[in-house]
Amino acid sequence: MNGKSFVAALAIVLAAASTSPQAQTVSSGLRGSTPLNEEGPAAPMTPMRNTAERETRNYPEQPPVIPHSIDGYQIDMNGNKCLSCHARARTGESQAPMVSITHFMDRDGQFLASVSPRRFFCTECHVPQNLVTPPVSNDFVDIDSMLSRAAPGGRR
Amino acid sequence: MSAADPAAPRRSWLTRVWMFVIELWDVLRRPSSVFGLGVLVLAGFVAGVVFWGGFNTALELTNTEKFCTGCHEMRDNVFAELKSTIHFSNRSGVRASCPDCHVPHNWTDKIARKMQASKEVWGHLFGSIDSREKFTDHRLELALHEWARFKANDSLECRNCHSAQSMDITKQSPRAAVAHQRFLFNGEKTCIDCHKGIAHHLPDMRGIPGWQ
Repeated sequence: MNGKSFVAALAIVLAAASTSPQAQTVSSGLRGSTPLNEEGPAAPMTPMRNTAERETRNYPEQPPVIPHSIDGYQIDMNGNKCLSCHARARTGESQAPMVSITHFMDRDGQFLASVSPRRFFCTECHVPQNLVTPPVSNDFVDIDSMLSRAAPGGRR
Repeated sequence: MSAADPAAPRRSWLTRVWMFVIELWDVLRRPSSVFGLGVLVLAGFVAGVVFWGGFNTALELTNTEKFCTGCHEMRDNVFAELKSTIHFSNRSGVRASCPDCHVPHNWTDKIARKMQASKEVWGHLFGSIDSREKFTDHRLELALHEWARFKANDSLECRNCHSAQSMDITKQSPRAAVAHQRFLFNGEKTCIDCHKGIAHHLPDMRGIPGWQ
């Protein structure tokens, strides 16, 4: 260890010792200004988006988000409430989008007669949406916007 | 005289009951020599009111959530499940208790249901569903009974509170509004067709129409 880095390490140790966690105020979108060693008040529950309109996917592989409330929907070995509308045979009555054909595939790529057990638990990938402004901002740009730019990657 | 007296041999239990019945009948068929007709009619009327009031009070006592959840079969299984649903806990605090959905409000139907429920008393006494495993084994059968009852009476117990006339579909989510217009208002379906498992967990739903 050379002298320069030793001094830097010593400075870090001293700085950590002199400031208690109480004094650190890290402001983040999720935590607010609550000190790291304390638990702040719970944020109020926000309303659920509850429509029948599909949301645009940000990229083709994205699991579509659920645009409606799923309160009390039972998904377990006894039954799957989602499939009461989204199963192939139910879409005529429900007019809901059918579960994607990829969900009928087992791990060997064989297509089964109905939804494969490994794709049964919808909420592993598909989630309902709360009506909130995101606490952490995001500058994601989808591929179409990216390609339409004069100099791709040159400006954000 | 003593019981060992040979002149009065001890009669059997059945004979003594029969003698009592004969004696009672003799009293009942003879007109009263003590009470006036008016007193008898009035006393009969008062006794009738007391009996009828007592009967209905007892009936209402068996029609409370406290009574239903007095049995651990109900308290630990179906009542525990109800607590997390909107029929127990919601924004306005209006809630349904067990008999609101499971006992018809109309008197004759209520008596018929109460007579059926004697089977449930039998089940309680003999422990048909006295463990969680036994209950889950029977859940499909129990659910099928209730679904059949709701289907047969056009979901009457739902409609005691949820009237199609008072349903403002503009206040509903677009999905619910469309579904109710397409299937409920034209009578094509009844509440229980789509809303199974609204207040309790579902049994194994394989083979149930509308389920996968």
